Amino acid sequence: MTYIDSKGPQVSRRGFLGGVGGLTFAVAMGANGLSLMSEASAAAAGKEIGAWVRIAADGMVTILTPGAEMGQGSMTGVIVPLAEEMDADWDKVTLDWAPADADRYGYERGGRRAMAIVGSRAVMLYYNDMRLAGAQVRQVLMQAAAGKWGVDVASLRTEPGFVVHPASNRRMSYGEIAAFATVPATLPDVPASAFKKPEEFRLIGKALDRRDIPPKVNGSAQFAIDIHVPGMVYASTLHAPVQMASPQSWNDAKVRAMKGVVDVVKLPHGVAVVADTFEHVLAARNALEVKWASGAKAEGFDSVATLETAYPKIAADKTAKTKSVKKKGDFAAAVANAAKTYKADFKSDMGHHAQMEPLNGVARFNADGTLEVWEGTQAPSWSRRGIAKAMGLKQEQVIHHQQYMGGGFGRRSNTDYTIEAAMVARAVKKPVKMIWTREEDMSFGMFRPQTLQCLEAAIGKDGKITGWHQCVIGDGGNLTYGGIKLDAYYGIPNQDIEQRGASHGIRLKHWRAVAHPFNLFAIEGLIDEMAEKEGQDPFEFRRQRLALTPKAKAVFDKVEQMSDWKTKRPAGRALGLSVSERSGSVGAGVVEISLDRTSGRIRVHKVWTAVHGGTIVNPEMARRNVESGVIYGMSSILKERATVKDGAVEQSNFHDYEVLRMSEAPESIEVEFIPSTAKPTGIGEIGNPFISAAIANAFHALTGKRLYHMPFTPERVLEALKA
Amino acid sequence: MVAFTVNGKSASVAAEPDTPLLWVIREHLKLTGTKFGCGAGLCGACTVHVDGQAVLSCQTAASDVEGKQVSTIEGLSPDSTHALQKAWIAEQVPQCGYCQSGQIMKAAELLATNKNPTRDQIVRHMDGNICRCGTYTRIVAAIQRAAKEG
Repeated sequence: MTYIDSKGPQVSRRGFLGGVGGLTFAVAMGANGLSLMSEASAAAAGKEIGAWVRIAADGMVTILTPGAEMGQGSMTGVIVPLAEEMDADWDKVTLDWAPADADRYGYERGGRRAMAIVGSRAVMLYYNDMRLAGAQVRQVLMQAAAGKWGVDVASLRTEPGFVVHPASNRRMSYGEIAAFATVPATLPDVPASAFKKPEEFRLIGKALDRRDIPPKVNGSAQFAIDIHVPGMVYASTLHAPVQMASPQSWNDAKVRAMKGVVDVVKLPHGVAVVADTFEHVLAARNALEVKWASGAKAEGFDSVATLETAYPKIAADKTAKTKSVKKKGDFAAAVANAAKTYKADFKSDMGHHAQMEPLNGVARFNADGTLEVWEGTQAPSWSRRGIAKAMGLKQEQVIHHQQYMGGGFGRRSNTDYTIEAAMVARAVKKPVKMIWTREEDMSFGMFRPQTLQCLEAAIGKDGKITGWHQCVIGDGGNLTYGGIKLDAYYGIPNQDIEQRGASHGIRLKHWRAVAHPFNLFAIEGLIDEMAEKEGQDPFEFRRQRLALTPKAKAVFDKVEQMSDWKTKRPAGRALGLSVSERSGSVGAGVVEISLDRTSGRIRVHKVWTAVHGGTIVNPEMARRNVESGVIYGMSSILKERATVKDGAVEQSNFHDYEVLRMSEAPESIEVEFIPSTAKPTGIGEIGNPFISAAIANAFHALTGKRLYHMPFTPERVLEALKA
Repeated sequence: MVAFTVNGKSASVAAEPDTPLLWVIREHLKLTGTKFGCGAGLCGACTVHVDGQAVLSCQTAASDVEGKQVSTIEGLSPDSTHALQKAWIAEQVPQCGYCQSGQIMKAAELLATNKNPTRDQIVRHMDGNICRCGTYTRIVAAIQRAAKEG
């Protein structure tokens, strides 16, 4: 088993390219997507080149992976299609991080290149480029072997790590070829039609071990927080309780006099204490008393009062500024012609990422003016650019060392923490390890916004759902409505999706599956209510009253069978159903719950979910992603609640921002994928959006009551039972 | 100055007696497999063994381990072959992996005294350790596998 060298996986492009023989395939700065080229032609074109694949004479294949690793397995997953098409021997494949250079290692999306592991897009967006690169490497190896043997390249085939000439029963390993061959100046053009057929796959669709797991069971996996740089000092920032307020003054003399304190540095929205050890940083930080400037936008903001009173007023205000998110057909006409209409409002509170590794970064300015950073980021190319901009440097002056991430969930595609490390390093002229405490991570968090969603649906005279109106009220633009993707599962002819904004001055951010979890809570909550009132089984209602897409039909059929839906459950148990969508994938899930009517605690016992995700590159990894999403979704829907009072976040650590623990996890989570040979779609976030409505719908099946406000805290559950 | 044994080797660290053991281990001794999660005894990421007992190193003062045997994930086995480490790989448990050192150390304490724990015993024992990637069902499976395969 091989994996990234756990201590110091820095990639030196020179070192990588200038190895001792072997074949190196470089990355061209092409116009569209990644493409391979030879070192020679890149050098001839006067281009700075980056390496991509190197085959050593001993047969070891090193592939640079652009998949930032925050837990989903992207690091391994994105390069599997390359290894597949080149017919690599998986046991001889070693991975290393690709440099933070989107021009060479980024995927193309919307006309721009990015190295950003966000939106469940890693495998799906790299898939075709990786296959082409792998197919080209294989072609070069075959051509070299054909020349050596004096045979027609068409008479050759490959086995993992070998070119084979069946007619003469000869074999040559990739390592042997690498010892004599050169990469041609122009790489062979391999059409997509020449890629492997799904039935020829040896790696795609197989349960390959993740390369990051062995170092994660012995403590050697290196996260940014583990970095030690010679001469380094430690720092931690105290941010303003009212988000984005600036520091005015503080008890500087007292703090500077404390043991080990090196400096106290003013930052735009906080004060950083710098000391020789982290325990001295913490002691000094605790002693810090800061006077904050008034006037921050968040001042006086009360999230609970706003959600309870201000948002309903915005909803009722016909003159409120409204953004049309989607208009299809004529919703008003659908209502006018309806046999019946249904209305319901749904509320959702703010959520926090609460990834296990508190935000941190290491920064060092070098004598030549370059800035080196060590951090875990979901988006190395965005981060490098962002750090350069914030520090007034050219991007080339920022040397970026990517590390494993102790969770990301959307938070780590913004690099404000490493920028703070760099600011402090510049101020103190020493390398700095900046660690935010858990309390800072939370109070200076970037949150999933709170929303009020007002829905109305029309049922036509033929019984079909003909119209859908959904108005989302909240701060954060598309962070509030991006999950309303009815066309991915229900073909409703008349749709009117709107958003009415608010602005609170609280930092907001993408969260796992962004708006989907609360958008689907509302959509599938209303669908369930309609099914009930129309007197139909939830599956049958969806099949008969909605034009299900083929993917939706497949996952509903599958999960109905998996959950044995029609079989009666023991007393005190009930089932709930919901659909979900994310980045092209469609999933459906059923949960089985029980309820402690005294405490108001909902217990989820079993979860079944069926997912259509196109080609599943690594089924075991994908399965764990879905399981992870289920738990993350359950945690957010049953427990997690962030609130703001007087402009300050009220929660500070895991005692008041509680997350799901082992005793609350389901006894079983069953995941099945619909067989498909289509291009892969997103997997990392398909597991959590359905959980909210599935639990709410199961709660209704159990109690006859409905939950309209997530999370379903025990207090809210008890209140709903009384309603 | 605090002196104790860590993973079988004696260590002497120039830290104040009230320094949390976590920072002594991670930053003074550079044994970074033990993780900082909450600093408040709420998440279990910093779990190590002191004289064989699992403790939260963020809640343990350096002076509390004076003269004692501390073991961290790095000392669980010389070559990642502890039954739990093998089971963790077999079950492909870690995702982000950040909490897993603490999970494994906590589980090791259980298996040291209970060779064949029931699911309920596992859950009760492990409930203080948060995994934000939600690997709980896989952790249970891995502990059961380690118990079976020794």
